[in-house]
Amino acid sequence: MVMKTKKGAAISIATMVSPVTLWMAFFIAIPLLYVAVMSFCGTDENYNVVFRLTLENYRRLLDPSYLQIYMQSILIAFLTTAFCILLGYPFAFLIARTKSRKKALLYMLVIIPFWTNSLIRIYGWRTFLSASGMLNTLLMKLNLIDTQIDFLYNIGTTVFGMVYCLFPFMILPLYTAIEKLDINLLEASSDLGARGASTFFHIILPLTASGIFSGSIMVFIPALGYFFVADILGGGNSDVIGNLIERQFQSGNNWPLGAALSMILIGITLLLVKLYQKCGGDMESLGV
Amino acid sequence: MEKTKIVEIRNVNKLYDENHVVKDLSLDVYAGEFLTLLGSSGCGKTTTLRMIAGFEQPTDGLILVEGENVADKEPYERNVNTVFQSYALFPHMTVFDNIAYGLKMKRVKKKEIHDRVMEMLELVQLGGFEKRYPSQLSGGQKQRVAIARALINNPKVLLLDEPLGALDLKLRKQMQLELKRLQKKLNITFIYVTHDQEEALSMSDRIAVMHGGVLEQVAVPLEIYESPASKFVATFIGETNLFEGRVVKIEGNSVSVMVESGMVTALGEGFSEGELVSISVRPERMNYSVTPVEGFTIEAKVREQVYVGSVIKAIVELGNGNEVKLERLAGQALPMDGTVYLYWGENDAKLLRTPDNEFFQAVENIQMC
Repeated sequence: MVMKTKKGAAISIATMVSPVTLWMAFFIAIPLLYVAVMSFCGTDENYNVVFRLTLENYRRLLDPSYLQIYMQSILIAFLTTAFCILLGYPFAFLIARTKSRKKALLYMLVIIPFWTNSLIRIYGWRTFLSASGMLNTLLMKLNLIDTQIDFLYNIGTTVFGMVYCLFPFMILPLYTAIEKLDINLLEASSDLGARGASTFFHIILPLTASGIFSGSIMVFIPALGYFFVADILGGGNSDVIGNLIERQFQSGNNWPLGAALSMILIGITLLLVKLYQKCGGDMESLGV
Repeated sequence: MEKTKIVEIRNVNKLYDENHVVKDLSLDVYAGEFLTLLGSSGCGKTTTLRMIAGFEQPTDGLILVEGENVADKEPYERNVNTVFQSYALFPHMTVFDNIAYGLKMKRVKKKEIHDRVMEMLELVQLGGFEKRYPSQLSGGQKQRVAIARALINNPKVLLLDEPLGALDLKLRKQMQLELKRLQKKLNITFIYVTHDQEEALSMSDRIAVMHGGVLEQVAVPLEIYESPASKFVATFIGETNLFEGRVVKIEGNSVSVMVESGMVTALGEGFSEGELVSISVRPERMNYSVTPVEGFTIEAKVREQVYVGSVIKAIVELGNGNEVKLERLAGQALPMDGTVYLYWGENDAKLLRTPDNEFFQAVENIQMC
C-alpha cells in the first residue's frame, strides 16, 4: 500500500516536471550548448561552419574596434539604466502612493505600450523624429526653428529609445519595493525630527534599494543586446554588443564569431546576476 | 504641587469627508501626568493622538503644546514623540541606529550619541542588544526599542498608541508596570491610547473616556469607576447593573425611581419628577435581603453562583427575565431557593441622566412594563 502511494507520487511529480524539463532542454539548454560549441568552431573559405577546436574566435574578440564597441555598449546601457531610475523612481512612487482607480490607470499607462511590438514602436519614433518627420514639421510650423534638426543617428537617440523600451522593466520592481514601504516608518522618521530629504535618504532609499537594484539588472542586461534600437534610431553610429552579434549571423555570415560574441554577452549577464545575488538581491524579483 | 498645562486641546473637530471622527473635543493635559485616552475602536482616540503628534490636522479647533499653537508645525518640529502600535522600527538599522536616529537628525556629536544610546539601552533593560536588527528581537524587545527611540529625544510629551496591543497577556502586565516606572522616573507626560479598561485603570493618573468621537468623562481612575458621568462610561469601565426608569418622587436628595421591575431609591441632585434616568450599581455594591427593604420593591430569584477564588459571582433573575449580577466574598453564598429582595445603600448607586438621543429608546423600554 505504502509502496503504491510512493510510486504514485513519484509518477505525478514526473508528469508535472517532465514537460517543463523537456521544454527547457529543447528550447534553452540544447541551443545554448549549440552556441557554446559553435563558438569554438572555425569556418571554411565559403564561411561554412567547420568543426575544429579553435580559440581563434575568442582571440578576435579582443580586436581594438570590438573593444571600443563593448565600451560604447556599456556606456549606453549605463546611461539607459540611469535615466530609467531617475524617471522611473518618482513615477513608481506616484503609482504606489495613489489610491484605487487612478492607480490602475497609471499602471496601465506603463503596461499598454508593452502590448505593441517594440520594433514597431521604435520605427514609429524614427518616423516621428526624422528630418522631415512630425516633430520637425511641428517645430517649423510654430516658428521655433528655421532649419530641420537631425534628431536621429546619435548615441542620445539610441539611449532615448532604450529608455523608452525598457522603462516598464524598471517600474515594476521599483513599484513592488515602494509598495511594501510601511507608511508608519515615514511617520516615525518625521516624528523623530527628520525632514523630508533626510527621511528620503535614511529610510525610503535604503528600503527601496532592492527595487532599484533588480530594476537596474533588468534594464542594463537587455540594453547591451537591443541591436534594433541602435540600428533604427542610432543608424550604426551607436552600436551595442547586440549589433556585433547580429552582424556576424547576418551580413558577416561568420556564425562561430557571432557565437563567441554571444558567449561574452551571456558571461556579462551571469556576472551581473551573480553580483546582484552577492549583494543580497532577491532572485525572485528577477523572475528566477 | 502646581499643575502646569502642557497640552491643551480646545474645541477640536476632525472630519474625514462626511465622517465626524472627533467632536468638539476639549482636554487639558498636565505636565508629568499619565493620561489615558480610553475607548473602543473607532472612538477617535488614535486620531486625537495623531493630531497632537502632527500626522493629522484638526478640521477646526486649536491644539497648544506648552502654550504654543502647533497648527503650523510639522511633526519634526514638535517637541513630542510617538510610540507606534506596530513599533515602526527601521528594519535596515540596528537597535543602536534606531535609538540614535532622533539625535542624529539633531546633529548631536557622535560621542554624546553613543553615551546616551547606551544609557537608554540600560534604562529599558536592553544592554548588549545594540548590534541586533529589529527582525532578531521578540515583540517585547521591539517595544522597548520603540520606547527608547522616542524617549532619547527628551520629549515634553510621549504619545503611546496602544503600545502593548500586540503583546501576550503576561508580557503586557509586565510592560505596564515597567512603563509606569519609566514615566515616574523620567517625569515625562504620557498620553496613552488604549481600549483596555483594566490597563487604563491600573496605569493612569487620569483617564479620558471617549465614545463616538465625544469625550464622555475625564477623571482619576477611582472617580471614573465610582461615579461614571454617563451610561457609556458606567458600562464600559468594569461590570455594572443598569436599570432604566422614571423619577417618581424626590425628597431632599433622595430620588425614588420606578424601574421595570419595581421601585428603587438612589441619591442624586438636580433631577426632576417624571425625568427618565438610568441607575448604575456595581455587582460588588448590589445587596440582597430575604425580607423586603424600605424604598425597594425588586424581587429576584438566584439562578447561578460561581466561586471565583476569593469571591462568589452570582446571577439573579428578575420577574421580567433580566439578569442582575452580584459579587460576594467567598463563604457568603446566597440562598438558592425562595425570593430575594435587591437593594443598595444610598452611596452605592449612581443616578445618570438619559442622553437626549436615547430618549425614545428609554421610553420604549419603560413602556414595556
